[in-house]
Amino acid sequence: MAKFFAITIVVIAILSAIPILRHTWVAPEDISTHGHMIDEQMSETMVEAGISFLAAQLILALFIWQFSNRGSDAKIKSFPGGARALVMAALLLVGAEVLALGVFGVKAWANVYLTPPSANAMPIQVQAGQFAFYFRYPGPDGKLGPIHPELINEGAQDFYGLDLEHDPDSRDDIVTAEMAIPVNKEVHLLMHAKDVGHSFFVRELRVQQDFVPGLDVSLHFTATKVGKYEIVCTQLCGLGHYNMKAYLEVLSPQDFDDWLKKQQAMQ
Amino acid sequence: MRTKQMLVALLTLFVCPYLLFAAGTVSGKVTYTGTPARQKPIDMSKEPSCAKQHPTPVTTETVVTGANNALDNVVVYVSSGAPDDGQVPAQAVTYDQKGCQYIPHVQPMHVNQELKILNDDQTSHNIHPLAKVNREWNKSQPPGTPPLSEKFEKPEFIPVKCNVHPWMHGWFAVLTTNHYDVSKDGGDFKLPNLPPGKYTITAWHESYGTQTADVTITGNETKDVKFTFTAKPY
Repeated sequence: MAKFFAITIVVIAILSAIPILRHTWVAPEDISTHGHMIDEQMSETMVEAGISFLAAQLILALFIWQFSNRGSDAKIKSFPGGARALVMAALLLVGAEVLALGVFGVKAWANVYLTPPSANAMPIQVQAGQFAFYFRYPGPDGKLGPIHPELINEGAQDFYGLDLEHDPDSRDDIVTAEMAIPVNKEVHLLMHAKDVGHSFFVRELRVQQDFVPGLDVSLHFTATKVGKYEIVCTQLCGLGHYNMKAYLEVLSPQDFDDWLKKQQAMQ
Repeated sequence: MRTKQMLVALLTLFVCPYLLFAAGTVSGKVTYTGTPARQKPIDMSKEPSCAKQHPTPVTTETVVTGANNALDNVVVYVSSGAPDDGQVPAQAVTYDQKGCQYIPHVQPMHVNQELKILNDDQTSHNIHPLAKVNREWNKSQPPGTPPLSEKFEKPEFIPVKCNVHPWMHGWFAVLTTNHYDVSKDGGDFKLPNLPPGKYTITAWHESYGTQTADVTITGNETKDVKFTFTAKPY
């Protein structure tokens, strides 16, 4: 019975590894300049975790196979140094693994979060609120007008609370329900939440960032492929969470200019 | 003496029915002066089933105007003097959610009158009247569900929003009278069936506030009342 159990463990471990090794579930196409680093990091994590998983299962199976039929008078050997040494050894092993993942992961993380956007990155503000994203482009003056939450009037399509009467900077701001960006140009995303926690996730961009109420979160990326992609909220934010999405259009520079002009005319 | 009694009797005979059955009408037009805020097109791309119902984007409806400075969506009602105040109509008013819009934008109703809320869309709505005097509630209405039946117990102008679609916006005007109209087709309104008496007519607009006018109806007549609101560009 114990040997059957050991064989079952080995079979399960190998069957789980097959789809990973054969790349059965491929990641969606990567359309960003930093995405390959995230993908490499994911692969490294998968390899490291996979080897640890397989090793643990095989060792477990081996021990069951080897020691299951011992007599009741068999002598039990203790780990050299006792329980304390055993716990310390396990801590060191797991700690080294986590640390290694962190050290190797830093280069992908730092590239996205710890480097400032370049000076000519295009600023776009995104506001997440139950249950929609709204985007704001600064308009020809390059300045985003101040936000007055008490002036928000969604019935009049004023999702940001802009005071057009008193803030000249706000008058040329372009607020849209869809996000368009030019291809191969760095975008500096200025993120804030109107109400609760939300998240901005575009899987093809390899970008997933939470909105934290009260914080201005900054993110930068460059898209490399023209197309239409989905932006979804991946932080459970309330009843309409399932329906909280917007579309990202990556356009050629000419198309983007036309799009922006069209949006400006609609303000 | 006898002649005088005859005269009084005759007068009563002829004048009373006239007074009883005479019904005046207050009608007129609502206009504005100044520049109203530009109504912005609504981008419904997040909800494709609604977006495709509008080949040209619909606009916001905070100020709906017509030719010659006409102002639509103004609730005009008898705010004092109506004889049948408090009589709740048996018939329900309906409020529709279609193409991710509220139809009509402004819905008047009597206190305690049944309000039926329909969802004609292929998406879920969550209707949320932001009541302050009445009890505030919000209810989810998935596609295909039967109409919601609601009522409001106190008079109030209640802004209505959809918790799923931020652009959806409308109003409930809960009144204590059945003599009301919403200006439309060029700011026109009409309050018929008003017996002789003194009335205060109130006109309410969601962005420009209220105005009142006093009217005296003496018989079978139509009184013309005009309301002019001052529009602001922002």
